[in-house]
Amino acid sequence: MLIITKKKPLDKILEMSAPYGRIFIIGCGTCATGCQTGGEEQVKELSCKLGTKVIGGVVVESPCDLRLVRRDLAGSRSALESADAVIILSCGAGVQVVGEQIGKTVIPGLDTLFIGKVERIGRLYERCRACTDCLLFETGGICPVSRCSKSLLNGPCGGMSEGKCEAGGYARDCAWVLIYNNLKQQGRLSEFSKYREPKDRSRKAQPQEILNK
Amino acid sequence: MGPPLAREAYSRLMKAIEAGKFVVTGEIVPKKSATFDEVLETARILRSSVVACNVTDNPRAQAYLSSIAVSHVIQDNGVEAICQMTVRDRNRLSIISDLLAASALGIRNVLTMSGDHTSLSDNPAAMPVYDIDTAQFVRLVRAMVDEGVDLAGNKIVGKVKMHVGIVGNPNNEPQEIELLKIERKVRLGADFMQTQIVFDVEKAKHFLDAMKKYDMPVLVGMFPCKSYGTANYMSTNVPGISMPAEFIEALKKTEDLPVGVRSTKVDEINFDFFSGLISEIRRTTRASGVHLMAPGYESMVKKLSDFVDLR
Repeated sequence: MLIITKKKPLDKILEMSAPYGRIFIIGCGTCATGCQTGGEEQVKELSCKLGTKVIGGVVVESPCDLRLVRRDLAGSRSALESADAVIILSCGAGVQVVGEQIGKTVIPGLDTLFIGKVERIGRLYERCRACTDCLLFETGGICPVSRCSKSLLNGPCGGMSEGKCEAGGYARDCAWVLIYNNLKQQGRLSEFSKYREPKDRSRKAQPQEILNK
Repeated sequence: MGPPLAREAYSRLMKAIEAGKFVVTGEIVPKKSATFDEVLETARILRSSVVACNVTDNPRAQAYLSSIAVSHVIQDNGVEAICQMTVRDRNRLSIISDLLAASALGIRNVLTMSGDHTSLSDNPAAMPVYDIDTAQFVRLVRAMVDEGVDLAGNKIVGKVKMHVGIVGNPNNEPQEIELLKIERKVRLGADFMQTQIVFDVEKAKHFLDAMKKYDMPVLVGMFPCKSYGTANYMSTNVPGISMPAEFIEALKKTEDLPVGVRSTKVDEINFDFFSGLISEIRRTTRASGVHLMAPGYESMVKKLSDFVDLR
């Protein structure tokens, strides 16, 4: 399971970085490496494209983890100090953690798409919305929040036809049919038929923090 | 007498069903219009033909004139509304607020729907809301009507009087899943059902047979086709609709006729087909009526309604 990202168009990166003379590039050794959007190779590739204004680059093991950011950027301190802006090839969380740590203008090089499954290169699927209240036991291991286009808890809706979903032109499987099939096979159809109360959205209504000692 | 209703009948629709009348409902589709002129004209035509009239809520996720506002004005003009409300465009706060408004305005029938996905919309960048789903919507209406509270248990001043309707699809496969979904909503307290468009009498019978065990009135949805083009569009674009080949072929042949003769022939084909379908459903099932969806073809609703009344 990875945070799935895609590269921003080069034109967009050039536009954002145009005002800055000295650019440093930081990649992500975890999710963005897995997506081939922010690993060693992509840091090098972007450096070549931006040319001489790039004064250095490094891949941080996990740019979203402040401890690893401190550790992995320690060797690049002087280059970072002289940089006018930093392009970060990671998810939005990594961009913010690095930005807070280095106190420079940050340029996101990627767009963050979803938490998903990697089947193989070029085959990535959304599988989790971080909804705070996991239902996967009662839905046969298929997530209706991320895989039903309407995130219904008591599906399917009238937009299902022959097991397919109206959103996207009946190309994708209806999540609730997949849920039904799994629960039926597991002999647990009562889980399908039962009524699920509306989700408590208050958990997602403010920025979440965990503040244990 | 009709089927015993689980609760007091507040609306003309439910009172007619309770009295054992085979009812006819119609449909008004508001458009992206800043006036009520067009919907009032349709209401005027339908007034004598239907017991109540659905008012659609942004069908195909197109942003149109509000179903609650249109329901209100048609009721002021003598047509009872079945106000369609989707969960696509508003969160639970807004739905509760709109239900209070609907009840205060005298709207007594609400038809709950998910709503076509925003990917089909005329504003496709819109956020699909779906804070609650249609099962939870049924539960919400029951809480408001039966217990005088909203979803969080907050007390409502005054009595909410309305019936909550659901949609069922006799065409949908796998039908087993459709039936389980309906059963969930029946358990939650749905008052009535209107079905998706049916052309195939056997599918309708099979579905109505499965509904027999519930004390829930079912109105069978039908779609008279004003032209071959309409029929062809429906047949191609509505999944599982099973339009009989003879019906669509007969309509196709009318394309070669002169305009004046053509509409008479189209009327004849529709009347023959739908009066036959209605008779068969009335004779062999416990359906409480039919829901005729015929935007721009209200004259056929009148003819079929007269046919129903003759029996």
